[in-house]
Amino acid sequence: MTGLATEAPPAEELTVVPVRHPLRWVAVAVLAVLAAMLIHSLVVNKHWQWDYVRGYFTYNTIVHGIWVTIQLTVLAMAIGIVFGIILAIMRMSPNPVLSTTAFAYTWFFRGTPVLVQLLFWYSFSYLFSNLSIGVPFGPKFHTWDTNSLITPFIAGVLGLGLNEAAYMSEIARAGLLSVNPGQHEAAAALGMSRGLAMRRVILPQAMRVIIPPTGNETISMLKTTSLVATISVLDLTGAAQLIYGSNNLQIPLLVVISIWYLIMTSVLSVGQYFLEKRFARGTRVTVARPGRRMLARMRATRRDESVPPGGPGV
Amino acid sequence: MSLCRRVVPVSEPMVLAEEVRKSFGPVEVLKGISLQVDPGQVLCVIGPSGSGKSTFVRCINHLEKIDGGRLLVDGHLVGYRRVGTKLHELRENEIAKRREDVGMVFQHFNLFPHMSVLENLIEAPTRVRKRPKAEAITSARTLLAQVGLSEKEKAYPAQLSGGQQQRVAIARALAMQPKLMLFDEPTSALDPELVGEVLDVMKQLAQGGMTMVVVTHEMGFAREVADELVFMDAGVVVEKGNPREVLANPQHERTRAFLSKVL
Ligand SMILES: Nc1ncnc2c1ncn2[C@@H]1O[C@H](COP(=O)(O)OP(=O)(O)OP(=O)(O)O)[C@@H](O)[C@H]1O
Ligand SMILES: [Mg+2]
Repeated sequence: MTGLATEAPPAEELTVVPVRHPLRWVAVAVLAVLAAMLIHSLVVNKHWQWDYVRGYFTYNTIVHGIWVTIQLTVLAMAIGIVFGIILAIMRMSPNPVLSTTAFAYTWFFRGTPVLVQLLFWYSFSYLFSNLSIGVPFGPKFHTWDTNSLITPFIAGVLGLGLNEAAYMSEIARAGLLSVNPGQHEAAAALGMSRGLAMRRVILPQAMRVIIPPTGNETISMLKTTSLVATISVLDLTGAAQLIYGSNNLQIPLLVVISIWYLIMTSVLSVGQYFLEKRFARGTRVTVARPGRRMLARMRATRRDESVPPGGPGV
Repeated sequence: MSLCRRVVPVSEPMVLAEEVRKSFGPVEVLKGISLQVDPGQVLCVIGPSGSGKSTFVRCINHLEKIDGGRLLVDGHLVGYRRVGTKLHELRENEIAKRREDVGMVFQHFNLFPHMSVLENLIEAPTRVRKRPKAEAITSARTLLAQVGLSEKEKAYPAQLSGGQQQRVAIARALAMQPKLMLFDEPTSALDPELVGEVLDVMKQLAQGGMTMVVVTHEMGFAREVADELVFMDAGVVVEKGNPREVLANPQHERTRAFLSKVL
């Protein structure tokens, strides 16, 4: 730095040389070769049996399976999110009964495999053949037959949803804890009750932290629903198993359902992007658009431009 | 200045503290605070860091619960409801109800970052006081004009300077039409050139007859605006009186030592 004063030419002659990333281009080349090999195999290797893939893509049983998978995902996540937030609020409550209950719930449902829980719900009628409303140990007002109440589908929803609630409660708790304590005080000082403050002030801010991992959970759930095949629910995976069990076309059917799972998870990712944007209101942080940023970075280095932090397209 | 403020007919004090005590665990932070604020009066509280100023102000709003003594706000015992000879501890919703009449301004503003300025101002009036939205918006705009931020009603807090945020915070507290305003070092988090704009708003408010308790390090403000100045140290009121006299001619060694450091 000492020689700078003597060496420095007039400012207008200086040109900025951005950092170059030659390794990035090597990586691109390697990836391009691998992709080419994959495409080659997909085209040339006839064991993929693409005509069967096309044929089964919108087959009745498959389409019905997709519908079951979507229903299971939506219902289980709805239960998971609602119960999860309630559990998180309970866990943080000053009331020791509530916080201990929430803790015990999370301990139990996180501590046992979800498959085991699903099988438990499936066998629920074996434990309790009737469910009734009434006075505990006293008269009953109404009684249901458990077998007709808890169908395999309902067992699946309950098993997946209640298990998810345990995980969601930790996510929601992290979100609630991320909100500045000053926000609780400001709301209280304005005369807002704890419930109102939670709903209007704390939760909306916590959502920014809650949404990204919840998107993760939803995508994970979409695939975890395939476990219900073990309790005889015909979701997307179950449908494929049913079909290739009779005609032995494993590969094409697995390709079919993989494509469908990819389509559904892609839709979910797009949904997550818009949700994040909605809850970023009032913050300066912009939501990164997947893919765009990397492309823009690479283009920028080529054109010797810099990319503002947070990426373009803001 | 507005002399009329001092001839308000004798009425119940807005804040009456008698031997108020407060401990955090084994540490006693307030060791018997007694003071009084009459309607329309401005009380300034000064004192070194950790002396218990914030704690006292927070007790007035029941953000902290006192452990001893009596604290009355607008004639009501803070935290209790009197029925005959019994004192019932207030339920959560009753505490919230009492807070409606006491506005509070924090050092770090604590605006709701996910709401625009206007939404910040109408949130409590519409949801707590249940005022019609249109009416709440009209009065919110009047308040924004008063604090000089009419053009910023659509902005989010993160888009405002510290001084602007604090003025919004004051307007938000005023939107509940409180009888008493508490300020806990409202200008301490601000860049020096932004302090003035917030103090001006507070002066205006004092001249309008608002009852205020202000924790501050702005001695100029205290001298000019306060009716009474209280110097606190280590959880006790060391000295109180007319701000000009206390500042010019402190009676206690501790007050003198503190003032010599800050003036
Ligand atoms: N929630 C709390 N738990 C434990 N101790 C606390 C708590 N709040 C305050 N204190 C302690 O009480 C004492 C008084 O704090 P307080 O915030 O009232 O001081 P202050 O006069 O407002 O100081 P400052 O000028 O720094 O704001 C301090 O020693 C502080 O550490
Ligand atoms: Mg303080």
